[in-house]
Amino acid sequence: MKRRDFLTKTSLASSLMLVPNFMKAFEGLDPAMLGYKKLVLIQLSGGNDGLNTIVPYRNDLYYKYRPGISISKDKVLDLNGELGMNENLAPLKSLFDKGYLSIINNVGYPNPNRSHFRSTDIWHTASSSSEYLDSGWMGRYIDQYGKNPHSGIEVDDSLSLIMKGQTMNGIATKDAKKMFNNAKTPFFNKVLENQTAAHLSEHNLGYLYKTMVSAQSSAKYIYETSKTSKSTKSYPKNPFAKQLKTTAEFINSGLETKVYYVSMGGFDTHAGQSNRQSRLLKTYAEAIDVFVNDLEASNSFKDTLIVTFSEFGRRVQQNAAAGTDHGAASNLFIIGKQLKKPGFYNASPDLSNLDSNGDLKYSIDFRSVYATLLEHWLDANHSNILGQSFKTLNFI
Amino acid sequence: MKQRHLIHLHWRSGFGIKPSSLQSAKALNKKKNVNSIFESSKKIEPILIDLSEFDDFLKTPYQKYKKIHGGDAATKLRQKSQKKVRELNFVWLKKISSSQCVLREKMTLFWANVFVCRDNHIFHMVQFNNCLRTHALGNFGNFVKAIARTPSMLKYLNNNRNIKSKPNENFARELLELFTLGLGNYSEQDVKEAARAFTGWSFKANGDFIMRTNKHDENLKTFLGVSGNLDGDDVIDILLKQRECAEFICKKIYTYFVNPVIDPSHLKELTALFYKDYNIEKLMRHVFSSDWFYDEKNIGVKIKSPVELMVGINKTVPSVFKKQSQVTYLQKMMGQILLYPVNVSGWKGDRYWIDSNSLMFRLKLPSVLLNNAKISLKPKGEFEDDFGNFYNQKNQNFTVSDKARAYFETHYSKTPFKRLKAILVLPKLDEDTKEMLKIYQNQNAFQYCIQLMSIPEYQLC
Repeated sequence: MKRRDFLTKTSLASSLMLVPNFMKAFEGLDPAMLGYKKLVLIQLSGGNDGLNTIVPYRNDLYYKYRPGISISKDKVLDLNGELGMNENLAPLKSLFDKGYLSIINNVGYPNPNRSHFRSTDIWHTASSSSEYLDSGWMGRYIDQYGKNPHSGIEVDDSLSLIMKGQTMNGIATKDAKKMFNNAKTPFFNKVLENQTAAHLSEHNLGYLYKTMVSAQSSAKYIYETSKTSKSTKSYPKNPFAKQLKTTAEFINSGLETKVYYVSMGGFDTHAGQSNRQSRLLKTYAEAIDVFVNDLEASNSFKDTLIVTFSEFGRRVQQNAAAGTDHGAASNLFIIGKQLKKPGFYNASPDLSNLDSNGDLKYSIDFRSVYATLLEHWLDANHSNILGQSFKTLNFI
Repeated sequence: MKQRHLIHLHWRSGFGIKPSSLQSAKALNKKKNVNSIFESSKKIEPILIDLSEFDDFLKTPYQKYKKIHGGDAATKLRQKSQKKVRELNFVWLKKISSSQCVLREKMTLFWANVFVCRDNHIFHMVQFNNCLRTHALGNFGNFVKAIARTPSMLKYLNNNRNIKSKPNENFARELLELFTLGLGNYSEQDVKEAARAFTGWSFKANGDFIMRTNKHDENLKTFLGVSGNLDGDDVIDILLKQRECAEFICKKIYTYFVNPVIDPSHLKELTALFYKDYNIEKLMRHVFSSDWFYDEKNIGVKIKSPVELMVGINKTVPSVFKKQSQVTYLQKMMGQILLYPVNVSGWKGDRYWIDSNSLMFRLKLPSVLLNNAKISLKPKGEFEDDFGNFYNQKNQNFTVSDKARAYFETHYSKTPFKRLKAILVLPKLDEDTKEMLKIYQNQNAFQYCIQLMSIPEYQLC
């Protein structure tokens, strides 16, 4: 049994609340010592074209479907003699070579939805394509395993569905100081200073006050814990890299946050895809590269898993505007130091067996990926969080 | 009528009441006050926006337009239409806030979250929105039949692709699950049979409904135990015969207008009344006239939606809905963008509006809107944005116009603070907050008002 579990599961748990110094002692400990594993989930928002990311450069069908936008053989970084990386992902190639990257092909779900909104909802809530859930899977993880909003952080200014639980929500911030200041405007402060919390009810008003108190205490905790940890690595100058820098500072400072969510936009490449996607992949890979180095330098990379997904892949056949339309299954990246099956986790996409829309068929349900992350990385019971049981995979 | 009850009535049937109206209304009894609310909403004033630049849309269906004018022109027209829908969002919000038909607008807002729909076709969306407004206080059966015929709904739930040879169940399923009965009151077979009854429903380029008889399934169907050659209207009529349908709608009405926690005996009372003739106006009159509506446990217990919050502030200082980009920003940050529902089941409401970030934003909103407080939080970009636009959201600067300030001075500033508080804040004040507010007793009315709007109690109505 882990130390933290032990504490919460014994009678000590309730008295802990009365012994703040005892808590403090824990906060001061090296988080790595406590074995706190972190999960960073990155969404390539807009639908990244998986086939031009990990390129089936030995497959004639690929070139047949994409006469105008395919990536020529001499421009891919070979991975296994069959699939190669888009050259803009070069930094990821070295992670691949070191055994720090697992690529899972053909991830998706039955009856895929091709609307950004709906498919993002499906990935965020871990629902099937025919059900509508009000809470996100990370939110439900926070519900069951977190103790406060900062158990999950979205590195942004507003909170997405993925971080909303049924009884508790994560918190969003891409600038801890800014949030701290927002939460301590004179009036906000005064309300809280005067708030003895003794008479807060279970009704809506009590709920608002409690949310306010927990928001402010999380804002304070995040700011005060992370303010001394300033990254010394030089990140590229763009908003996505900045989000990852903030994430690294949070993780390296020993925040007890378990799950992070970051989204990077711009992947909806209906027209003029080649240049656009090249730039995006380059931006993504360069930021990831510094991020991993930053974590490594603080010895926290071994306890961090970075998972990158997109709400869908894109149509195999290019369109008339040298772009691609919304598709279905695609690949997903797992980056970490403790991978069980580095390299390709499963078989390449089958371009000769597309669905009726001309999209790739899925062979791995994304909820199996979540189930694996929950069970084997976060030590959580996946069926409680996902609402049903899924086959776990063997990548960590 | 008691002051507190009047204020409650006006927050629920609208977005609050101003001091001068309160004074005159106090002299009238409950019946007269309720009557006057319905009287003001008698007229149906549709949203009118100039759509002449989209005339082509009306004459020619999209696919045909594409053939004649080419793909690029068609894409351009579509994008122009999308942009116009965002303008409609702004126009609608301004209407909610300024219309004299306050209850009708509140009901329209309510129904938009029952008959959830989303469409980038500006003509169809205006038509849909006005359909909600027209039937908002009418007969529920006619309402459902009208909604089912709107191009936006036909498209949104794929009923226009529902044909005899290949029935599409999407509309039939949501009609049963989300619009009338709720889960558990029908079988999968009922969904299939209902879908067959709606086969052939479609619309013409000008938005008129059309029944494509050659695509309609004329064979025998059995829906909820009734057999015959049923069509869509028959299915709706059978649905109305189910008591569960009346109950389902009354539940929504109750949680929206009375209390998020349902009192079973009141629900039973409403259901019995509504089931008789599905007259929405009668139902709402009954709600607002009931003694229990004014029970203390029903006052100030509902968490305002972002739209209710903004409109409420705007009714006091008409300064919120000035610039479209700002209004879009506010909606994004608080998680409710009119015409862009999260999914087919709509916004859940009440506590679902609240998380740490949205609450901090909502509490800061009055000082941002009215007191030049800076806010540098940015919304997420759109899925379709490129990388630059995804992140490059501008900082928003809000200012109060002289006109808005003058409006406040005329209507609010001479009101004693105690009454101001009673008008703006409904829940019983938290003891600590009450103490704290005393510090602001010596400020001017405008500043005091901003403070009142900034306490958590103001989030409730």
